[in-house]
Amino acid sequence: MELTGAEIAIRCLQEEQVEYVFGYPGGAVLFIYDALFQQDKVKHILVRHEQAAVHAADGYARSSDKVGVALVTSGPGLTNAVTGIATAYMDSIPMVILSGQVPTFAIGEDAFQEVDAVGITRPCVKHNFLVKDVKDIASTIKKAFYLAKSGRPGPVLVDIPKDVSNHKTTFEYPSSVTIRSYHPAGKGDSGQIRQAAQMLLEAKRPMIYAGGGVVLSGASAQLTDLVRLLGFPCTNTLMGLGGFPASDKHFVGMLGMHGTYEANMAMQHCDVLLAVGARFDDRVIGNVEHFAEVPRKIIHIDIDPSSIAKRVKVDVPIVGELKPVLDELLGVLRGSQRAPNAADTAAWWKQVNEWRAVGGGLRYKNSAEIIKPQFVIETLHEITGGDAFITSDVGQHQMWTAQYYKFDKPRRWVTSGGLGTMGFGLPAAMGVQMVNPGATVACVTGEGSIQMNIQELSTCKQFHLPIKILSLNNGYLGMVRQWQEFFHGNRYSETYMNALPDFVKLAEAYGHVGMRIVKPADVEPALKEAFARKNDLVFMDFKTDPTENVYPMVPGGKGLSQIILAEEL
Amino acid sequence: MRHIISLLMENEAGALSRVAGLFSARGYNIESLSVAPTEDPTLSRMTIVTSGSDAIIEQINKQLNKLVDVAAVMDLSDGEHLERELMLVKVRAEGAAREELKRMADNFRGRIIDVTDHIYTIELTGSCAELDNFLKAIGRDLILETVRTGASGIGRSDRILKL
Repeated sequence: MELTGAEIAIRCLQEEQVEYVFGYPGGAVLFIYDALFQQDKVKHILVRHEQAAVHAADGYARSSDKVGVALVTSGPGLTNAVTGIATAYMDSIPMVILSGQVPTFAIGEDAFQEVDAVGITRPCVKHNFLVKDVKDIASTIKKAFYLAKSGRPGPVLVDIPKDVSNHKTTFEYPSSVTIRSYHPAGKGDSGQIRQAAQMLLEAKRPMIYAGGGVVLSGASAQLTDLVRLLGFPCTNTLMGLGGFPASDKHFVGMLGMHGTYEANMAMQHCDVLLAVGARFDDRVIGNVEHFAEVPRKIIHIDIDPSSIAKRVKVDVPIVGELKPVLDELLGVLRGSQRAPNAADTAAWWKQVNEWRAVGGGLRYKNSAEIIKPQFVIETLHEITGGDAFITSDVGQHQMWTAQYYKFDKPRRWVTSGGLGTMGFGLPAAMGVQMVNPGATVACVTGEGSIQMNIQELSTCKQFHLPIKILSLNNGYLGMVRQWQEFFHGNRYSETYMNALPDFVKLAEAYGHVGMRIVKPADVEPALKEAFARKNDLVFMDFKTDPTENVYPMVPGGKGLSQIILAEEL
Repeated sequence: MRHIISLLMENEAGALSRVAGLFSARGYNIESLSVAPTEDPTLSRMTIVTSGSDAIIEQINKQLNKLVDVAAVMDLSDGEHLERELMLVKVRAEGAAREELKRMADNFRGRIIDVTDHIYTIELTGSCAELDNFLKAIGRDLILETVRTGASGIGRSDRILKL
C-alpha cells in the first residue's frame, strides 16, 4: 500500500518509539498534522510558540536518554525554532526537528512563508536535510535519528516540502543505517588509556574535571567509581552537575566563572588534570593565557576529536565514548600493582581544604527582613529531598541553583549552558514533566527570563503539567546588573525591569495557582504548600534582595585564580 | 603557514556551503577553494588552500572531518604532494609586445589559446607561485583580465585519498 510522505513521516516516528512530538501547525505542515490526527501512537503537544516546542523537546531529551522531537512549519515557524535548535546544539542534545517547507516548485521564488531552512540552521545543527523526493523520507528520518543520538549528540533538522509530504510511495522503514562519511568514535585507544592510568598513578596533585559529556553518555557510575578508586578531588562544570554526586566527599563543587574557590584553585595548581567529557570553554577555565599556574599534564577524554586541543594543549588525548573508555581505564587501574601515593594525595587534599577555608565555601548572609535568593534554593533542595528535576533560565538564579541545589544524580539538572538562552526553563520543564510524568519538576527562573516564554503557561494548563515555578523576582536583570555594578560604574543601563505584571494574577489568569512570597519566614511554608499541590502548576513569585550578587566570581577575560570572593559576611 | 588540504565529500547540494560556512563561522582563512566531482559521481573532491598556526590547522582538519558530508580529509602539506592551478590571462598584445609576450608564455610553458589583433589569451598551468611569477613578469599594465581556478592538489606516489 502506498502512503503519503506525511503518513510516512509519522510512521517513522512510530518506528522510532517517539511518544511525544512538540510542535505548532501551519500551512506547510498541514499534511503532516493531518496524518498525526489520524493515529494515536505519537502524541502531539501543542505549544504556544515554536521556540518553546524545541526547548520542550530539549528538556525531554536531557531528562531521559531519548531523542526529543519537534515539529514546526516553514518560514516563521522555522525561524522561531532556531534559538531552540542553537541551544540544543551548544549543549549537544539529541533532537530531531521536522520542519515544513514550501512546495518544491515554489522553492527559491520567495514564496509565502519561505525561508532557506537548511541554510539558516546549518551552523547550529549536527546535520540537516532537505527531502526533495517522497522516496527519501523514511531513510532520511532514519538517518536523522541515528545522527542525533550517535557520537557526539546534536540536533538534526529534516526539512520537508509540502508537496513531498503529499506525494505517495510505499513505506519501508530501513532496519539499519550506514553513512559512509560518518564514523562516530567507539572505544578509546588502549595505549593511550594505559598511559593515562600511569600518569594518574604518578600524580602528586591530581584533579578530575568532568563535564556534560558524562551526563549525556550515561557514564556517571564509571566516573564515580573512578574518583572513589583514586581518591582524587573532582569538580563538575555547569553542564556536568549531577554527573558526579555533589554529596560525595571528593566533590569540590562546580568550577568556572561562579565556581568554588577550591575547585578553581585546584584546577590552576594541579599537576595532572583528567578532563572527562568537558571542553575547556571560556566560562569554565577563564582566560586561557592565565590557565594553569604550574606546569602540568592534561589527559582529555572526549568523543569529539575537535573538542580536544581546541583551547588548551593536551598531553594524552583519548577519543572515544566515555563509558567504554572509563571502563577500560578502571580495569587498568584495578589491575595495577600500584596505587596513588597516599601521602601525596593527603597533602594535596590538605591544600584543597585550605583553599576551601580561604574561600569560605559557598556562603551568603541570610536575612530576616528580605528574601535571599540562595536561601530559596537551599530550602527548595531541602523540601524536594534533593531529588527533583530542576530546570532553569539564565542569569543569577541559574548560578545560585547550580551552586546551592546539590545534584546527586545525572539528568536532574536541565539548563542552557552553552548558548545561555533566557526563556528556556519553562518549556524545558514541560518536556521534563512529559517524559517523567510522576516526578517533581521545578523551574527556577527570574522575572526577566520567565517573560521570554511565559505564554507556555497556557500549554501547561492544556496538558495538566504540575510544574512548580520559582521566580526569583529581584526587579532587575540581575546578572547584567551585577556586571554593571562590578565593571560599568554602577550604571544600570536598561536592567531595571519596570512595569512588571502581577505574576500571581497572571498565573491565575492562565488557570494556575499563584503565590507571592515577600518574607523570609514565608519561604519554607510557601514551598511546602506549593509542592504539596501535586496536581497544580504553582507559580511562586519570590520578592528577593535586588542587591544580591553571585559569588565567587571570576571576571570575564581573567584567569581562574583572579577570583572575587564574597565580602566578609 | 600555508597548508593545502584535500577532501572527499558527498556530491550533494549544500555540501560546499557546509565547508565554506565552517571556514567563515570559525574565522579560518581560505586562500582558494576548488571543487568538482570525481570519477565516482557521488563524490566531490575539494582542494582548500588555507593558512594558520599548527593548532588552527589541526582544528581545521578536525572540524572538516566532523562534517557529516565529508568522507575523508588529507592535509597534503603533511607529505610530498603535487600542486597545480590553471590560469587564463588576457593581455594587451600590440606592436613589439606581441613577440615578447609570446616568448614569455613559452618560457612559462603557457599556451596562447586565443588571438586577436590586439589581445592574447594565455593559458598557464603550474603551482600558485609559478602563476604569480608569470603575472609579475608580464606586469599589471598589460593585463586586462585574469581568472584562476585555485590550486588542485594530489599526494605523491602512494599517498592516495580515496574511499
